[in-house]
Amino acid sequence: MTATVPPKAPTFLGLPTAPRGVGHLRGDQSFPDAARGALRDGQLRANLGHATSTIRGKRARVVAELPDWAQLREAGRALKAATMARLDDHLEELERQVTARGGVVHWARDANEANEIVTRLVLATGASEVVKVKSMATQEIGLNEALEAAGLDVFETDLAELIVQLGDDQPSHILVPAIHKNRAEIREIFARTIPGVDPGLTDDPRKLAMAARTHLRERFLRARVAVSGANFAVAETGTLTVVESEGNGRMCLTLPETLITVMGIEKVVPTWRDLEVFLQLLPRSSTGERMNPYTSTWAGVTPGDGPQEFHLVLLDNGRTAVLADEVGREALHCIRCSACLNVCPVYERAGGHSYGSVYPGPIGAILSPQLTGVEDNASLPYASSLCGACYDVCPVAIDIPSILVHLRAEHVEAQQRPTAEGVAFKALARAMSNPRLWHLAQRAGKLGRLLSRGRPTLPNALPPPVSAWTRSRDLPTPPRETFVEQWTREHRGGRS
Amino acid sequence: MRVSLFATCLVDTLTPSVAHATASLLQRLGHEVVVPRGQACCGQMHVNTGYRREAVSIVANHVRAFEGAEAIVAPSGSCVASIHHQQAAVARRAGDEGLARAAEELAGRTYELSQLLVDVLGVTDVGAYYPHRVTYHPTCHSLRLLQVGDRPYQLLRAVRGLELVELPGAEQCCGFGGTFAVKNADTSTAMLTDKMANVLSTHAEVCTAGDASCLMHIGGGLSRLRAGTRTVHLAEILASTEEAVTPQQSTKPAVTA
Repeated sequence: MTATVPPKAPTFLGLPTAPRGVGHLRGDQSFPDAARGALRDGQLRANLGHATSTIRGKRARVVAELPDWAQLREAGRALKAATMARLDDHLEELERQVTARGGVVHWARDANEANEIVTRLVLATGASEVVKVKSMATQEIGLNEALEAAGLDVFETDLAELIVQLGDDQPSHILVPAIHKNRAEIREIFARTIPGVDPGLTDDPRKLAMAARTHLRERFLRARVAVSGANFAVAETGTLTVVESEGNGRMCLTLPETLITVMGIEKVVPTWRDLEVFLQLLPRSSTGERMNPYTSTWAGVTPGDGPQEFHLVLLDNGRTAVLADEVGREALHCIRCSACLNVCPVYERAGGHSYGSVYPGPIGAILSPQLTGVEDNASLPYASSLCGACYDVCPVAIDIPSILVHLRAEHVEAQQRPTAEGVAFKALARAMSNPRLWHLAQRAGKLGRLLSRGRPTLPNALPPPVSAWTRSRDLPTPPRETFVEQWTREHRGGRS
Repeated sequence: MRVSLFATCLVDTLTPSVAHATASLLQRLGHEVVVPRGQACCGQMHVNTGYRREAVSIVANHVRAFEGAEAIVAPSGSCVASIHHQQAAVARRAGDEGLARAAEELAGRTYELSQLLVDVLGVTDVGAYYPHRVTYHPTCHSLRLLQVGDRPYQLLRAVRGLELVELPGAEQCCGFGGTFAVKNADTSTAMLTDKMANVLSTHAEVCTAGDASCLMHIGGGLSRLRAGTRTVHLAEILASTEEAVTPQQSTKPAVTA
């Protein structure tokens, strides 16, 4: 977009957004530019098309099994809305309960503060490495990079996250970070990067999983510090929850001496009972399973059992700025199931990396620009055809299309100098607000007839932005007479 | 019934045959058709591109043009969806409560073509004759925002001579999305390519829909492929009879010579 001028005073009551230069919320390119490469990659499109259609079908089947899905979804939406309305109270309650059970709570305003806190905590243990449960929040803030800069070794233990880490890559999906890779590509990464791997490793999924397992088992057993995220945190009991499929999370949460959890402040739910709703909505929406294989919950520390030191880092990093936007705040209801990614026709073709953020797909297109400020991710709200498939499947009914439209307006209204597009849209609006002007404008539009020289479609060699259309599609030549003109002529004196 | 026809800016300007067909269909069914000359646009393109402030006066013009109408029909699901879901909201946001209420009131009387026919006029067999193999693309806004459901299928199944074939991946977006097709032209083209492949796999002669804009997109692509399959608006199919096949119906529409 035309973001050469710094935006006016922020609309978000001056609340800080996620800082630049740290973490993974901003891409180097705009969405259309980043998508161009992905769209040319036939292998990537085949991988994505296959994976998303498989998971789409699974989700649809298990959701259809529940006669009360609509009520569950509404309960999830209502719980989230009520929680956000009193987020401060719930967070303070969470802090009290975690502290009462022997945990330590840290508040991090942004990615830099969160990284500093975690790095300091790890260094204080004297450990030189950490194992990690897959976590979106730590990907968001670039924690791995910060820990590595402090001389620490970081091991991702989720299989897909491990593939991404070993491949020196970035995740491209919320639930399936390596969705863009197929088996042959994964075999190549393992053969190249895992020390002592079986030289005869094939791309059989079981063989690949066993290779990763051998590699990880050694790390789990010697790890003294683990870092996790959290799917939910229960304020009334101080309980943290991680749901997962592989058991690697359970290993990280129980084996090390010190556990550090980094959690976005929107993950809190008021009561233990609220989990009932979300633990039904999440697995069906994300993996298409009735229940996820591992659900781990813990509260503080228990002498002689599990980690003896527990730290909870509560991360803002732009979230209070999102909360301040009365339309956009619904994005904070997201439970990171990724159902919207799997049904999105744009995500399916352009792939997750095109979004430039750790949050890709429809939810990323509304969440990332709000966390960073819309000017830093100005192309994302336009990365949607507004087809509405994402809203249909969202388990907490986030109206993503309406928020996309809202953010587009925020972007347009933040422009301080007129853009070519803005001038054109303003002129068009003036014409469309006045029948006399509108008929004149339509007549001017019929100049296209001259260009077409009697052919039914306009020529390809037209200036931008029309050329973006005619590169792959024919535009019809405007007719000699508009419908309203012809009707009025034929029904002159009649009722019209 | 007296039905006011909102042709929509796109149909009025580029594919008037769709509006003519809508009018002649309603007249054939015995209804009076009114075409307010003051009409221009519903404002959807402005709202969806981020120009919600500019859209307010477009909404005001629309409300003025259709004031007092008994029932309003538009041959476009997405424009009707904008009237239902966007017009009042942009007026309210701009602080014009009077306009917001007027827009809401008008929206209550505005129908997408298949909804008007089936729900309001109570007809599924409109007496049409169309001897072609046809596949139907549901279009996102008709499908999800307006929930037209199987009404278009009911209408098409009642057309004599018409062979209706199911479109694989029907509920996937064709990639139009208003200015999306220009701002994200490459992604839009990739979506269109898959949609066209699905259309062609049906071996239908005609792909139809209730939205002229989606059809312009799909038809524009098919025309480039010279694939032989045309796009024809649902209104044009329903307007066709054994006596009078609607004259202009194709991807290359609307040259009213």
